[in-house]
Amino acid sequence: MDDRVILRVGTKILTPFILIFALYVQFHGDYGPGGGFQAGVIFAAAFVLYALVYGLGNAIKVLPPRVAYACGALGVIIFVGVGYGSMALGGEFLNYSVLAHDPLHGQHYGIIGVELGVLVTVFGVMVSLFYAFAGRRRIES
Amino acid sequence: MDVLLGALSWIAIVGGVFFMLVGTFGVLRMPDVYTRLHAAGMTDTMGAGLVLLGMAFHTVGDMLHGETTYWLVLVRLVLIYGFLLLTSPIATHALARAGLAGGVKPWTNGEERA
Repeated sequence: MDDRVILRVGTKILTPFILIFALYVQFHGDYGPGGGFQAGVIFAAAFVLYALVYGLGNAIKVLPPRVAYACGALGVIIFVGVGYGSMALGGEFLNYSVLAHDPLHGQHYGIIGVELGVLVTVFGVMVSLFYAFAGRRRIES
Repeated sequence: MDVLLGALSWIAIVGGVFFMLVGTFGVLRMPDVYTRLHAAGMTDTMGAGLVLLGMAFHTVGDMLHGETTYWLVLVRLVLIYGFLLLTSPIATHALARAGLAGGVKPWTNGEERA
């Protein structure tokens, strides 16, 4: 009989709010404190908490390591994609102003895109690191 | 009304700081893990709660001065307090469990202080 009821129920209640808070930090990053890196770390923290309470096996069922590795690469692709996208539209690398007809809107879209790339990469790398360390076994000597 | 809200705000914030101070002394002075956890847990719920209450009084004062959108700040303060009330005891509980699982014996009266 598992007696970690308080931890399990607490994690169950809090996990969705942690994920929502990560997105809040993400989209708040355009106007105030916050941004992709912090949001990615918070997003990853939700999965780390889940893995700590429910066990690594269950966490890997929810988010296989392959997906985490893919996220780490996908974010870089999004970031560089925004950069080359603005080059393709006639600006410099990461010149957001050319992304829309109105430079102001272009700046907005560009920042959202780049921050999304940062979020996905940081999330993927953080979870991959956690899996790598948590999956290690003690060497018996 | 201004004076009343300001006074309430200050009383709550100073009270919160007092609880945090007591909690810090407790963490430094208590004899073992579990008693220290008791002090540390109080810092989060009581101390931070009172500081948030003081901020809420201050925000209400600002709202009376025509800052009509500040009710959003109030909602955020209530949310922060709610999550603090959930997470802090759970964290304390987890630490105490980990201590017990790790074989730390609770300190009893009369024993030598670690």
